[in-house]
Amino acid sequence: MSSENNSNTVTEEPLHCPGPESEDAGTGDACNSCNYQQTCSSNNNLPKVEDPDIQLIKDNLSNIKNKILVLSGKGGVGKSTFSTLLAFLLSSDPDLNIGLLDLDITGPSIPKMIGTMSDTSNAQLHMTSNGLIPNYVQDNLATISIQYLLPNIDDAIIWKSAKKETMIKKFLKDTLWSDLDFLIIDTPPGTSDEHILINKLLNKTQSVTGAILITTPQEVSLNDVRKEINFCQKVGIKIMGLVENMAGFVCKNCNRKTDIFKATTGGGESLCKEFNIPYWGKVPLDPRLGVCCDQGESFVDLYPESEATLCLVDIVENLMDQCEL
Amino acid sequence: MSFNNDKFKSINNTKNILLVLSGKGGVGKSSVTTQLALSLSSINNNKVGVLDIDLTGPSIPRFFDLENEKIFQSSNGWLPIEKPILNKTNTLKVISLGFLLNDSKNDSVVWKGPKRQAMIRQFIDDVYWGDDPLDYLIIDTPPGTTDEHIAIIENLRVLENIKNINIKAVIVTTPQRISINDVKKQINFCDIVELDILGVIENMSGFKCPYCDDCTDIFSKGGGENLCKELNLPFLGFLPIDPKFVELIEQQHDIVAENNSDLVSEYLKLGISKDFHKIIEEGNLK
Repeated sequence: MSSENNSNTVTEEPLHCPGPESEDAGTGDACNSCNYQQTCSSNNNLPKVEDPDIQLIKDNLSNIKNKILVLSGKGGVGKSTFSTLLAFLLSSDPDLNIGLLDLDITGPSIPKMIGTMSDTSNAQLHMTSNGLIPNYVQDNLATISIQYLLPNIDDAIIWKSAKKETMIKKFLKDTLWSDLDFLIIDTPPGTSDEHILINKLLNKTQSVTGAILITTPQEVSLNDVRKEINFCQKVGIKIMGLVENMAGFVCKNCNRKTDIFKATTGGGESLCKEFNIPYWGKVPLDPRLGVCCDQGESFVDLYPESEATLCLVDIVENLMDQCEL
Repeated sequence: MSFNNDKFKSINNTKNILLVLSGKGGVGKSSVTTQLALSLSSINNNKVGVLDIDLTGPSIPRFFDLENEKIFQSSNGWLPIEKPILNKTNTLKVISLGFLLNDSKNDSVVWKGPKRQAMIRQFIDDVYWGDDPLDYLIIDTPPGTTDEHIAIIENLRVLENIKNINIKAVIVTTPQRISINDVKKQINFCDIVELDILGVIENMSGFKCPYCDDCTDIFSKGGGENLCKELNLPFLGFLPIDPKFVELIEQQHDIVAENNSDLVSEYLKLGISKDFHKIIEEGNLK
């Protein structure tokens, strides 16, 4: 690749460049092949300049008591559904103020699920001189999502990582959340830019309270969740608990239960034992839940007696035990 | 960076490339990729390759029971893992990042965008798919419309033989509206990058209770079909949830060993392979 560049003055940084502002500048393995190694390593004595956004984010989030990440290595296991249900359940206590931040830039589902968006039109965010005003579902439940900023409902966001980072930073530093008891952060699948960034930012400001992991029972999903646990341990996020979603389906005709996504390797429970993580229980598949999400209605309010709701109430109690109020 | 830049890339010989896309996660992209590979390799003795570009959550090794395999390098490039099928009369070739990790079960890949893009470029440039051209290369993608998607499109665009390769997108969705919303964004993406769409598959469309045969639409039904009518796209068909297929994938090692057969032969015994065959016909795949 370097042969393509005839000029000696312009060479690309090596693939694993630690970046001139990092602790390893000039001393990393990749630096040996880089023309700027000397420049970077001589800079090492200079004071490091912190990202100016960090202070802004710190100030903006200082009034939030608990920041909770909802994570899963796998897509479609119910992160957004769970985040929505959790937000609805917590906000049923009128004394609590809840914020819900949708970090899924390329596939935002929160606005639809929580009912701030109809089929044809988007709710919009308002920008004031002080910052972004989130969209309120109820008096004590506010949401932010990229979806609110799109002119057309079906517009795709095709952004590379740098641009996504700018957007996420904007959400963190410019949103006027007021005083929150809980900020629930819904994430996209995987262990990618969004995750690295949010963790870096929140770690340097005030670390997140913890993460809730979501999985489905089959091994294909557990496999990805193991990677997510590995990620959390690498970057130092506390795992508060693991929820097993879509566990079992009861046929409404014959009332017999089938494990659609069969736990051939012991499911979430044995995964929790393996990694020593609190197991928070199973939420069964309920077709009514999907309908509620499609229509933006609160499942926990409509079906308070359903098995899924009862499971969720238990989960919220577990969560409360680990949070400060 | 790539060591065989001057050589003719073996991917240039490929006849058809199918990109399996969906804006939403967990709708069954990897499952559809697997079934496409199994079905296509069972007809006309097709040579089929599978490329998994889901870097942070590679599931393809698990789907093909290749979790402990490692990629080797030859003088021609990286060698895909070959899986013998149909009583060893054919082979499937598989490439995934999972094969490059030390501990593919637990290790996480925490990479920023540029590094992921470089990895995909290596997958396109450096994999040696064999002397015989592939009839089909099926590419499994991560959810969303981000670095990996931009990178794969950019890299496919510069193939030398591009005019002779038939590159199409297969869109996978589940029936509920939440999923349709994300999928519309993916279709919007295809329009922007001028990628032809072969059609839409509606996955997880209904679940047949194994006890009483009553069919429940767990995630509702018809969303994908309506989407196709609305946007004037070809609809390839419905795929129900089949616990037997999930079981075959999860326990294939034991099932295959017990019957002394292989993955494709076992797959062809399942009811879902017939549903899938309709999709193959509808999509005019040979």
